[in-house]
Amino acid sequence: MSEQSPALELRRINKSFGPVHANKDISLSVDRGSIHGIVGENGAGKSTLMSIVYGFYQADSGDICVNGQNCHIENPQSSIEAGIGMVHQHFMLVDTFTVLENIVLGVEGGYRLSAGLASARKELIRLEKEYALEVNVDATVGDLPVGLRQRVEILKALYRGAEILILDEPTGVLTPQEADHLFRILDTLRDQGKTVILITHKLREIMAITDNVSVMRRGEMVAHVKTSETSKAALAELMVGRSVLLQVEKEPARPKDTLVAVRNLTYIDADDVPRLKDINLDLKAGEILGIAGVSGNGQSELLEVLGGMLTPTSGSIRFEGKELVGSKAFAARNLRKIGFGHVPEDRHRSGLVLSFSANECTVLGYHDKPEYNRGLRLDRRAMVETCQTYIEKYDVRPPDPYLKASGFSGGNQQKLVLAREMEQNPDVLLVGQPTRGVDIGAIEFIHKQLIKMRDAGKAILVVSVEIEEVMSLADRIAVMFDGGIVGELAASEATEAQLGLMMAGVRDASSGAKAAV
Amino acid sequence: METFQIIVLLLDATFRVATPLVLAALAGMFSERAGVVDIGLEGKMLGAAFAAAAVAAVSGSAWVGLGAGILTSIALSMLHAYACVTHKGNQVVSGMAINIVVAGLTPTLGYAWFSMGGQTPSLSGDARFKSIILPFAESSRDIPIFGYLYVELISNHNIIVYLAAAAVPICAWILYKTRFGLRVRAVGENPHAVDTAGISVDWLRYKALIMTGFLCGIAGSYLSTAHGAGFIRDMTAGKGYLALAALIFGKWRPVPTLFACLLFAFTDAVQARLQGVDLPLIGVIPVQFIQALPYILTVLLLAGFVGKAHPPKAIGEPYIKER
Repeated sequence: MSEQSPALELRRINKSFGPVHANKDISLSVDRGSIHGIVGENGAGKSTLMSIVYGFYQADSGDICVNGQNCHIENPQSSIEAGIGMVHQHFMLVDTFTVLENIVLGVEGGYRLSAGLASARKELIRLEKEYALEVNVDATVGDLPVGLRQRVEILKALYRGAEILILDEPTGVLTPQEADHLFRILDTLRDQGKTVILITHKLREIMAITDNVSVMRRGEMVAHVKTSETSKAALAELMVGRSVLLQVEKEPARPKDTLVAVRNLTYIDADDVPRLKDINLDLKAGEILGIAGVSGNGQSELLEVLGGMLTPTSGSIRFEGKELVGSKAFAARNLRKIGFGHVPEDRHRSGLVLSFSANECTVLGYHDKPEYNRGLRLDRRAMVETCQTYIEKYDVRPPDPYLKASGFSGGNQQKLVLAREMEQNPDVLLVGQPTRGVDIGAIEFIHKQLIKMRDAGKAILVVSVEIEEVMSLADRIAVMFDGGIVGELAASEATEAQLGLMMAGVRDASSGAKAAV
Repeated sequence: METFQIIVLLLDATFRVATPLVLAALAGMFSERAGVVDIGLEGKMLGAAFAAAAVAAVSGSAWVGLGAGILTSIALSMLHAYACVTHKGNQVVSGMAINIVVAGLTPTLGYAWFSMGGQTPSLSGDARFKSIILPFAESSRDIPIFGYLYVELISNHNIIVYLAAAAVPICAWILYKTRFGLRVRAVGENPHAVDTAGISVDWLRYKALIMTGFLCGIAGSYLSTAHGAGFIRDMTAGKGYLALAALIFGKWRPVPTLFACLLFAFTDAVQARLQGVDLPLIGVIPVQFIQALPYILTVLLLAGFVGKAHPPKAIGEPYIKER
């Protein structure tokens, strides 16, 4: 194990899942004491590659070398022993356990807990000091905010003696401030000689923190570059294979009448937890209202209430002056009839039926319209024809109206849902996470479609956890925190730092912006 | 003194009835805390009751019978594990299948082996667990109240009753103070966390189900070789389900589960006592109605009073590795 050998080296890794070749001949070399970024679109094979390194999957062929030595990694245990630690995108923590219990899980030191817990406590306090990772070890993990949970994951890896730390999309759930804090932690880790591998699809992070970057596209490694010698645009081009617009081009909005007025909307769920607190919003024709916020701060509930899936506890929703709450129209199905379109946040759970074919998914929610029915039976030919026109117009691939929804990639599934809702020409369109899990190329297309609808005089509500998406798409931005609206401001005046503070619940950050109507 | 005696006798009966419930509920606790629904407690108990009675009848030793009961129950538990852990089958279906198979198989085998209409021969002598007179029981009889309590309530039970009492703190210790317990609790909440920590989810669940089989085996053996004197067709009579209800009512925790078992057992003792008694104003209540009391109570408690029971988060879901 010489000083020159890279901390981690992969040689010609191959992995297939059935007919899908997820990793093709991947080679990678990561320098010791560096932060190495791996970027690529969703489905480019980044996560698969790292799961192989972490022993979650076995490569079909290829070698993994740690510190110059060929390692046979067959399960997470042997990966931990080789000094590799992983912080997963979805935290691998037990919510009901304390921080301490979570960290010792798997390395308890003896069959009785008490002795092991005591020595682990000492070691953890030392680690927390060394890497500036303060967490209360006796707190219950389920009560901690996501930023702290992530620290627990990092501590967990360090406690197991990790020298190489892999972080899979670590900032997806963080506010920009929390993300910056994470980057400072990663800096400290690098200074202490640890090696960090950062998997992400966010170019801002790559440029901000990494030393080297590798780009993956469709299961292949397409480039290795020094971060200092590249740019966002160059990386984006490498990821997609063609140049893309990183900013949506649009005219300034020309908002007209308020179509939907939400007043003092409150929703308390079955567990008596208030999810929405006194929400006031106006959706105006010809304008996109963006809702920013860290996920889980009430955005999902807001969409579901407006979509007629949840009944608010109190408050009013007026559509063209008519009260909806308590009226017959206030149900998902009836709202569609009076001109609401709803692209749900979770296309797998509520947007599609994955086992249905594309043409069946095309009519979901509109299946009782006369054009899809012939007597008691559904008119399959009409459904397929409609689906075919959607597929052409929205460039859904593969163009097969009989393929099951589960057979399409995330971006194409999203296009199917968007096509269904947009083509009904609704006056009000509610869109949740329009581009979650969608390729850059498809993002561009979806954004253009939304702008087109806006220009046609529709009122659009976009909820997204991607702050960049809200900033580039919306005309007005409302920020949600803990079920309430922290503030509302014009997109042209908003800065990322200001939004970030508001997303963390700081109300003063919106000073200068007009108060919520 | 009359009322006092009735209460003591009711409590005494409560302990006897609660014993199999406590053991079975603790058995279920290990399984369910590890994330495997165990509706098959009933079948495992019944299988153990039959094996214990049959082997005790042949060998003449209650202890050998107990061993057979435990082994049978563990074997059934492993069948459950094979179906739902190794092959990711539906846990409720597998548990129900075990209940149905055992309910049919026990009288069939009993008939084939003993030709007594599906029962096993009546047990006597060493083939049954006898009551143990605790030290000083006779000499303390004269002490007022305490002496009577000691003799009637604490002393004079068979060994398995004391075993069940000891099992509660022991199981609580295992669950909360040992490595095994920590891992069992973790795998029922988030098996992905256990897997990424380098622990085998499947093997851990197998181990938890071995514990389940072990405890359930004692519970079943108690019914046929300690509480009763031989196996009778369907002798568990829903006790496995009652134990499961007690476990849920006790929110999957050992001590509250113990109290839930005692409550169910107490209503059972009361119903036995109420049978045929002429109550003022009401008159004699039909036996069938009285016998249904514990079950009615179960339904009411589960529907209304449990409040928000938070089951282990991953319960009922087979662990399938995914990205």
